[in-house]
Amino acid sequence: MIYKIISKAEFKRFIDALVRSNSSFGPRMVDTDSRGEAVYQFQPVSSVDEIAFDYTRTASSAKHFFLPFRQELSRFHFHDDDWDQKVSYEADPVVLFGLRACDISALNILDDVLLNGHFPSAYYLAKRKNTFVIGMDHLPLPDCFCKSMNHHTVPTGFNLFCSDIGDEYYLAINSSKAFNFLREFETRDPQYDENCRLAERRKLISSSFRTEIDVTGLPAILDIEFDSPVWKKWGDKCLSCGTCAMVCPTCYCYSVEESFESDLQSSSRQKRLYSCNLVDFAAVAGGHNFRPKNGDRLKYRYYHQHRGFAENANQQICVGCNRCGKACLAGINPKDVINDLRLEKDTCTTSVSSSPARS
Amino acid sequence: MHDQRFVIPRQELNREDFASSVPDFNRRSEVMNTDMGYKCTVTNIVRLTRQEKLFQIRIIDPVERALFRFRPGQFLMLELPGYGEVPISISSSSTNHEFLELCIRKAGSVTTALFNAGEGARVAIRGPFGSSFPMDEMAGHNVLLIAGGLGIAPLRAPLFWINEHRNRFLDVSLLYGAKDPSQLLFTWQFNEWDMISHIGLHTIVEHGSEEWTGKTGMITDLFNDISIDPATTYAIVCGPPVMFKFVCGWLDGLGIPMNRMFVSLERRMHCGMGKCCRCMVGSTFTCIDGPVFDYWSVMNLKEAI
Repeated sequence: MIYKIISKAEFKRFIDALVRSNSSFGPRMVDTDSRGEAVYQFQPVSSVDEIAFDYTRTASSAKHFFLPFRQELSRFHFHDDDWDQKVSYEADPVVLFGLRACDISALNILDDVLLNGHFPSAYYLAKRKNTFVIGMDHLPLPDCFCKSMNHHTVPTGFNLFCSDIGDEYYLAINSSKAFNFLREFETRDPQYDENCRLAERRKLISSSFRTEIDVTGLPAILDIEFDSPVWKKWGDKCLSCGTCAMVCPTCYCYSVEESFESDLQSSSRQKRLYSCNLVDFAAVAGGHNFRPKNGDRLKYRYYHQHRGFAENANQQICVGCNRCGKACLAGINPKDVINDLRLEKDTCTTSVSSSPARS
Repeated sequence: MHDQRFVIPRQELNREDFASSVPDFNRRSEVMNTDMGYKCTVTNIVRLTRQEKLFQIRIIDPVERALFRFRPGQFLMLELPGYGEVPISISSSSTNHEFLELCIRKAGSVTTALFNAGEGARVAIRGPFGSSFPMDEMAGHNVLLIAGGLGIAPLRAPLFWINEHRNRFLDVSLLYGAKDPSQLLFTWQFNEWDMISHIGLHTIVEHGSEEWTGKTGMITDLFNDISIDPATTYAIVCGPPVMFKFVCGWLDGLGIPMNRMFVSLERRMHCGMGKCCRCMVGSTFTCIDGPVFDYWSVMNLKEAI
């Protein structure tokens, strides 16, 4: 990692040059919600003026640039009584500007999931390799809980990360491409003063969190509370719409579908992002459904995010962005569900005197 | 204002990108090919019941056919271009390198299309995927196989294996239950194995017919017919979810150690590679860690059966 200081004006010139020369996406205000708050999304940008530098959080996450809602896995061309299969792993270079630390953490988690093991996903890797990621730090929103998940800072997974230190940006350069581009612009090495301002900025971000979730020991609690009435309570609210998985930066489950083209000359196998809250997620041939109730599926989602994944990859899959809580039509959010689970424990009325006392 | 200096060059994938992962994909050296299927011809179709047929398929390319290996209990993804892909357990002998046999029930759109396609149809397979029954570990022990309904399909591969290596095993019994006599699959083969290989065969049907001279009842009614030495017995169970609870509970009560009871679970896999999460049980993928689990894993996994 190489660190540089760049003035904000010069940084905008750099971003302008980058977005004009490449297919680029950045945060833009697309609408206002019912409370009058701005809704931001990652949208195509062609100049720096279109980018909302002061955006809060995009409604959808950046995962869709790597895991599109629909993606062709392979194509079959029919001729006579036979067919040929074609598989291609192509991706065009893309600049992705303005990702938050938790968004980049989410990409690192997806790397863990999709690029490790016996069957690394070439579709994902092609997109990951061809995406130039520029991160930006921000002051947490009232409902951000990434600090609880330890994702309020990110050490890797980006090409360039900028921290706001007043009139200048403190740049963390993590790729030769980014370094070479920046040669064309006026930057300087950080001095003691700038390092101090960066430390202050970090301290400010770290102390600004207003939402906290206690996730210590959560994998075990989820196991123990498997039959807890909390799941029925929240399951009864859940509409099984799958919105939470669509906006989640780390939900990657999918279904595979196949369809003929209308000329019947070819067919395509596509993957489509799916949600474990949808009713047929665990249905098998013959009609049996392994998770028939809303509560079962809601529980499974939390189980996967905070328990199952923790066992497989040694970290929880949730990064604490609260996009799911914001998007949920039924008002379900991770903070309330997890706290409810803990409360269930804290209000135990049995005497605890039999447990060994601290010596 | 397109500036060539700032254009990000396109990067292609190459084999080195995957150098760190260990390819265990049917000896194919290139992991990137896991999305390509082996093209096969349907060489023979045997009608088993009204709903089930046995499809014999043969990999067309001689090199691919020679390299294709699987272990008893594994499954593959069967692709019918244009219709979709379904996970099917392999029910032929793992030592047979000429063709594969898949016992398929007509249950959804892909299998219906497959039933309509006759002999000579071109299909593709990806795989084999998943874990297998530990046949080497079982050697030198009694083996008790318990199948309910279509659960006999994944047990046919270990049965073939036992049949071909019969002297490695002690007493082998098969308990097999079905709805009615017409639903019993592979009956011709079991008679042969019963006589020649001395695999003790016990069948039972829920609803008998006029010709049926065998037993009538649930599979649990067969338990009294056999004597089991829990110290030297391995059990293999496959059937509908409700069967697992009764059968595994009974075996557990007999004192067969949990790590000597194996079940083959059913889930609807979409990718087979542990990516789509459709077959996930708790923290475990049925397509990678399963479909064959020992009973301890099943107990440990919530919602497994």
